[in-house]
Amino acid sequence: MAIIDEPRIELERAKVVTPVEALGVFSRPTSNTGWKSWITTVDHKKIGLLYGSTAVFFFVVGGCEALLIRLQLARPNGTILGAETYNELFTMHGTTMVFLFVMPMAAAFANYFIPLQIGARDVAFPRLNAFSYWCFLFGGIFLNLSWFLGGAPDGGWFAYAPNTTVVFSPSHGMDFWALGLQITGIASLTGAVNLIVTCLNMRAPGMSLMRMPIFTWMALVVQFLLLFAIPVITVALFLLQFDRLFGANFFEVKQGADPLLWQHLFWIFGHPEVYILILPSFGIVSEVLPVFSRKPLFGYPFVVFSGVAIGFMGWGVWAHHMFASSLGPVSVAAFSLSTMFIAVPTGVKIINWLATMWGGRLRLDVPMMFAIGLVVLFTIGGLSGVTHAVAPSDTQQTDTYYIVAHFHYVLFGGAVFGLFAGFYYWWPKVFGRRLSETLGKINFWLMFIGMNLTFGPMHIIGLEGQPRRMYRYAPGMGFDVWNMIETIGSFILAAGILVFLINVVKTARGPKCEEDPWDARTIEWMTTSPPKPHNFDSTLQITHLDEYWHRKYEEVEEGHGLKQVATYAEVMAAEVPDEHIHMPSPSYWPIVIAFGLPLIASGLIFSRWISVIGALIVFGGLYALALEPATAPEAPSEGHADDSHAPDGPTTAAAAEPPADDEATEREAVPVD
Amino acid sequence: MTRRPSERRCPLTDTTLTGAGAHTGHAPAHPPTNTGVSNAKLGMWLFLGSECLLFGGLISTYLLYRGRVAGGPAPRQIFDIPFTSVSSFILLMSSLTMVLAVSSITRGDMPRARTWLVTTALLGACFVGGQVYEFTVFYREGLGFTTNLFGSSFYTLTGFHGVHVTVGIIMLLSLYMMTLRGTIHQGKAETVEIVGLYWHFVDIVWIVIFTVVYLIPA
Repeated sequence: MAIIDEPRIELERAKVVTPVEALGVFSRPTSNTGWKSWITTVDHKKIGLLYGSTAVFFFVVGGCEALLIRLQLARPNGTILGAETYNELFTMHGTTMVFLFVMPMAAAFANYFIPLQIGARDVAFPRLNAFSYWCFLFGGIFLNLSWFLGGAPDGGWFAYAPNTTVVFSPSHGMDFWALGLQITGIASLTGAVNLIVTCLNMRAPGMSLMRMPIFTWMALVVQFLLLFAIPVITVALFLLQFDRLFGANFFEVKQGADPLLWQHLFWIFGHPEVYILILPSFGIVSEVLPVFSRKPLFGYPFVVFSGVAIGFMGWGVWAHHMFASSLGPVSVAAFSLSTMFIAVPTGVKIINWLATMWGGRLRLDVPMMFAIGLVVLFTIGGLSGVTHAVAPSDTQQTDTYYIVAHFHYVLFGGAVFGLFAGFYYWWPKVFGRRLSETLGKINFWLMFIGMNLTFGPMHIIGLEGQPRRMYRYAPGMGFDVWNMIETIGSFILAAGILVFLINVVKTARGPKCEEDPWDARTIEWMTTSPPKPHNFDSTLQITHLDEYWHRKYEEVEEGHGLKQVATYAEVMAAEVPDEHIHMPSPSYWPIVIAFGLPLIASGLIFSRWISVIGALIVFGGLYALALEPATAPEAPSEGHADDSHAPDGPTTAAAAEPPADDEATEREAVPVD
Repeated sequence: MTRRPSERRCPLTDTTLTGAGAHTGHAPAHPPTNTGVSNAKLGMWLFLGSECLLFGGLISTYLLYRGRVAGGPAPRQIFDIPFTSVSSFILLMSSLTMVLAVSSITRGDMPRARTWLVTTALLGACFVGGQVYEFTVFYREGLGFTTNLFGSSFYTLTGFHGVHVTVGIIMLLSLYMMTLRGTIHQGKAETVEIVGLYWHFVDIVWIVIFTVVYLIPA
């Protein structure tokens, strides 16, 4: 019930107001520390951390699945996995990496940094934000429970129907897949509404759209893509579920069903999805490159509008995933052309990144290495992508390892490298500690070498004709050596990830770093690290793109160097703290409502009674959410009691000023992964 | 309402001073926003944008499959256009009563607002009742959910719409209860307006569905 979710961030109110304990069903929780504060939190930063840690967990799960696949393929006629297990593994590897790692990891960055980058104190609908996270978590768990409840999905991450109807995929796996993705889809959709409203409505005074940091811009485009792409896969998943559960005929070919229906619906979602995966990383890299080149982003408006252009054009290219089906020459030609065109805005971005680095004083710290890694690897993936746009060539490449090579270069070399650049760049912001540079460099090189060894040879064996999704291959076809190299590469890659995790654990015990370690440009650095619960003490007045940079530096004379006019401490000291900061109260109900959804879903598979219980939980939770007071009853301070916000809540008193560092200290103690 | 210092070169922030609620004379229920549209209302607009694609997908599926009637009745054999026209008319009239509800609560006329809210819900319920009746008749005439592609896609499309109307009815009745409890009052007229947006959207979608499904011959 998004509509009843009131925005409750009121800048012109009492100093940070302390909610106090109140009894009653509809009271709101008040704790700021301990496990309870995590399950009831509505703080966008805590939710961002929850998103991030869960996503990294699923990254490890999906990575292990990939390693099993590579072990099976290391030698011809592999015997480690059977055909069915292999199908389940590649299905779950793709699904996990796309829906449970890259998307939520991007959501983690967006959640954490959009409010900070636009100078807001939280997102527009804090409770809805928590609900999104819990939906993602429970959806992900539900999806993975299939391993233990009768078999994982085995129809590929694209789940082509009718191959995924009951006849061809009789286990419950695809039911888990369809229902699990519906639940994570709810997470993405509510998250998209929330973040778009946040970007459009809650920017600090003076921050016009064209002064928004580039990461926020790219994340905004992604949220629009999600907003319009998710309902399309929702339809597809419903149709599939109705076929599987209730015997509908949508994919029943003997009834005259059209097998292309699924492909169209899936790829109308699926191609924007590709940009949903990559654009956040483009945003991160566009933040990192200027900072480490000590130059402004070259052609900021071009980077913004090329991102927007990708967002629009991403809707007109979906059928290039279907060139091998019987589309007809006109469609093929049209989609071939549009696919070539979409390389243009992407090329614009790459040129802008190169021009940003050109003539800059480059500092090759780890975030920068990952950013440059993205530029290199994504360009390779982008070029092989253009070869898919050429339909005659694509029909040769369809279903071979060449395709696998392409999308791992763009999604691993692109999206994941960008996310890692983000990890290293923003770690000091989020945790107040810098990840070790030495371990970081080892991490980078292992990942870079491992990734090229794993996916590079796939171009060759793909063009030689090794089909994808086959659990074994015959010896002597010219695939043997390359497959062994790929498997070795995948373990080098995994070692890189392991070094990252070690780095995280080591850093958690390490010393704190300075507040602005990179000499950054954007306003998320104009607060403490980690940020206080209310983000900024003052309401920032924005006069420039790269506001923080402009407060630190001035041009000596037009185009002739810069001089530093202020340090972090001086910039911060110049700010006048707000006196009236009112933060949203935590809530029990987001997790409760989200918990009902997997119950409904499992009821559809096993027993309708579980669905009834789940539905009651969701229904009751929605009412509780709508009826709970908009803020916890709070200590009367300066006569700011606002009845309209808490009509039913008992008005109790007694409060203590919260030590502002309280939450910060607590957050550091939290294990991050 | 305190005027926040705004930066002169930035036109967008000037609009932040027109927070909704200002015209009602009440304190705004939310801080001023960049667009001037409240967060909740903007959120609803976005959600409805998303819903367009949901119904777009369902309508496309129906259009693809409506002629595939093997083993069951064809559309024009079972549709009762006069009956469905009446129930469509009832649904469209509920948009009028919804507008009247919003108008009443904006003026602070709570009794009228309650009346119109309940009337809207009742009209919606009539529509859903009509749909249930229609489904029953069609089923008796041999068109089941699993009969053929036309059946599956017809029931899915109109069923999704029916569920949307039902959700709208629940929201309207909840609003009615909340006006009785005092949770919804003149100062919260916008909440009613937002539910109204949803309601009008569902009506507009029905206009499309009615035209595409019932009026245009396959």
